[in-house]
Amino acid sequence: MSMDRRQFLKITGVSTILGIGAVAGVNGLSRSPVEASQVEPSPDALKAKRWGFVIDMSKFRTDDDFTRVRHACHSIHNVPDIDNPKVEIKWIWKDTYEHTFPGQESKYMAEEMKDKPFMVLCNHCDNPPCVRVCPTKATFKRSDGIVMMDMHRCIGCRFCMAACPFGARSFNFGDPRPFIKEPNPEFPTRTKGVVEKCTFCYERLAKGLNPACVDASQGGIVFGDLEDPKSEVRRLISKHYTIRRKLELGTEPSVYYIIGGNENA
Amino acid sequence: MYDSGKIITGLLVFVAIVSFPFVYSRGTNIVKPEPKIDTPVIQQMAVKQCVQPRAFMRAEHMQLLNDWRDSVVRDGNRVYVGFGGKQYNMSLQNTCMHCHSNKKEFCDSCHNFMSVKPYCWDCHIAPKENKS
Repeated sequence: MSMDRRQFLKITGVSTILGIGAVAGVNGLSRSPVEASQVEPSPDALKAKRWGFVIDMSKFRTDDDFTRVRHACHSIHNVPDIDNPKVEIKWIWKDTYEHTFPGQESKYMAEEMKDKPFMVLCNHCDNPPCVRVCPTKATFKRSDGIVMMDMHRCIGCRFCMAACPFGARSFNFGDPRPFIKEPNPEFPTRTKGVVEKCTFCYERLAKGLNPACVDASQGGIVFGDLEDPKSEVRRLISKHYTIRRKLELGTEPSVYYIIGGNENA
Repeated sequence: MYDSGKIITGLLVFVAIVSFPFVYSRGTNIVKPEPKIDTPVIQQMAVKQCVQPRAFMRAEHMQLLNDWRDSVVRDGNRVYVGFGGKQYNMSLQNTCMHCHSNKKEFCDSCHNFMSVKPYCWDCHIAPKENKS
């Protein structure tokens, strides 16, 4: 069959239109059942431009102050209690001065400061290296500054653990469930092969509640919006001398420490 | 046709193997799973209505749960406006399983029948059921 140029163009034109029409038709049939208009943010949620913590170390005097906060966080979030430091899971824990603020220890500094344990957790950095290295975007920064984990996406590559300069991330080398004594039925556990960390209690903020550590700390941990000049955290930061962890790395942590020995706040 | 004996025998064997599952299961009485919804919470509801109509939930619940997950975890939007404008907290553990507290008779009955193994319960905590 011979065909002239005009006929050829006609046939290609018609078949292109038919093809596009078929694709559009199929897409129209298999539309997502949830429309964007069907979801809304919770009305009671606490909102901020950038969430942050101020930790007043003068309120952490006894061992009980640390364990109370740690227990509050870990029991609510079904964090397994594994004794082996090689595979332990921790969202909030205590560490020494030299580990918390390496390079800032001076030779003749006060013994009480040098030996003092510090409450440490995920810094929810403004420039989070863990987010940058995650190959699946399982960890991401929310618009309110919280560095979040999407456990559904985590493939357990542990790049984020290598990237985090604060050791804030823990890996589930095994099934965590046998190590959870009393699971909180309102919060999921994690599974073998995912990385986990502090999530700034995003699920409590959505209900209008304070983060669990803030409630348990009896004033030792204050949270608020770092970008709101009138917020409690900004007031504390402007009133007291505060330090942050490993500033030289440029991750811009959102956790500030008041380390003065006096009664603050 | 060359080697017709071998080819035809081969074809017969192939057809026999492929049709074996169908022939084998013929006559066995296959009971269709009937997911039960007679939990205490559902019994007390005046109008027994899920977040969307029944037919939609049957066909699309997996897609709906996927969208709920993305909305809650990634966008932080937790309220779902369901059938008839009613609002729900998007949560598998706290909303779905609050009513459907009979996971074994509800979720598992169909999933086992269809041999699908969703990994929801690796992390999400299933409701406590009376072992009867």
